[in-house]
Amino acid sequence: MDIMHADSDITFNNRIEHFLIRWGYRRGEHRVAPGLYAIGNPGRDSPVFVTANYRLSFDALRAALKGIDGYVLVLDTFGINVWCAAGKGTFGTEELIRRIEATGLAGVVSHKKLILPQLGAPGVRAPEVTKRTGFRIEYGPVRADDLPAYLKTGKATPGMRRVRFPLWDRIVLIPVELVGFALPAIVLAIVAFLGPGWLAALGLVTAVLGGTVLFPALLPYLPTKDYSTKGLLLGILLSLPYAVYQLATGLPGDWKTYASTLMFLLAMPPVTAYLALNFTGATPFPSRTGVRKEIYTYIPVIAGMAALGALMAVVLTAVKILEMI
Amino acid sequence: MMFNSYRQNTLELYPDRCIGCGMCANVCPHAVFTIGDRQPANLLASRRVASLANKEACMECGACQMNCPVAAIRVQSGVGCAAAMIKAALTGGPEVCGEGGCCGSGEGGNTSCCGPAK
Ligand code: SF4
Ligand code: SF4
Repeated sequence: MDIMHADSDITFNNRIEHFLIRWGYRRGEHRVAPGLYAIGNPGRDSPVFVTANYRLSFDALRAALKGIDGYVLVLDTFGINVWCAAGKGTFGTEELIRRIEATGLAGVVSHKKLILPQLGAPGVRAPEVTKRTGFRIEYGPVRADDLPAYLKTGKATPGMRRVRFPLWDRIVLIPVELVGFALPAIVLAIVAFLGPGWLAALGLVTAVLGGTVLFPALLPYLPTKDYSTKGLLLGILLSLPYAVYQLATGLPGDWKTYASTLMFLLAMPPVTAYLALNFTGATPFPSRTGVRKEIYTYIPVIAGMAALGALMAVVLTAVKILEMI
Repeated sequence: MMFNSYRQNTLELYPDRCIGCGMCANVCPHAVFTIGDRQPANLLASRRVASLANKEACMECGACQMNCPVAAIRVQSGVGCAAAMIKAALTGGPEVCGEGGCCGSGEGGNTSCCGPAK
């Protein structure tokens, strides 16, 4: 099979595509043709790196290989990143073996070593690949950026082996979160506007922005380990100004003042908490066992609060309508 | 500590089988394993052996189990994604993380898996 060529330059067009990917545009269609690529001027001793056929994965790798001659073996992961594809098994033992054979890799290089991204390990049985193809697998660092340092020493430091989730990594997820929840949020905001009124609509939008924008940004700073309680706390914090405003501007002693205060306190936190719980899948920490436990513990609380909050909204809306006629 | 659902997980290590190769420590993204001398030393087993230094940090990705050459590790791997689990619970379908679409976060789109509401 032919060897394709690629370089380390990230072009303006690449950057535009990266930007569109961040916003969730045509998800799953940002693919690179699977196969063997030459970067720079590789020879028979040059290292072989393996990656996914997702645009961001491939570009991160080739950018990191600036000034390094090597081969890149791109697996067909259906346009999904290494980590996620490994979890699904598409960045996996079978596809790797198939790709090694289809590209005739054994005839291209004289050595028997493949460098895989560490985060591809959940999908690959290294001993089996060696047994069936003769190629040994070395897991490189988690981040492609660390590859040059790794290649120099041939060893990944403990720091290179740890997955982290720094601010920038969390920030880049916000657009996709926003796009994903925009439609239901707009619909609910309109309902809230037609119901209790514009302040309720604003509260709802605040709670959604809290869960989709503030939550990812503030993740490590919010107290408690559980995502749901982090989200609940953030939601309560966001609902307080609304509650205080109701108490300050409503008629003192009027039950409607208290009902609308309660509405904000009860309806906003579960929205943020639910979005927070949803964010678990986008982070590299929570185990399935733990997330399941969270679901069983907090979904009843979240649903209960939301139901009571909605009840307040319905009652207030009904009274408003009755007063109008 | 309250509000911590992540104290327990399904990770299990069988030191008797371990040959101390260090692969698990290499692949684990959360430094769950350390490799040290076997205590007490056992002439019939390897000198080096893996131990669980930080079991609670395990995210059940399955990398260690997949790559251990002697099947000394067991973990029920899966993705810790509430969206997928809630959807699976509601529809009775399998737990998949977004059809054809993982959002792909930083590190070259390598660290995060399911995005929101797919
Ligand atoms: S399952 Fe993943 S996170 Fe857990 S110990 Fe194994 S490699 Fe580490
Ligand atoms: S990969 Fe398996 S054999 Fe190797 S150190 Fe870890 S537990 Fe032991």
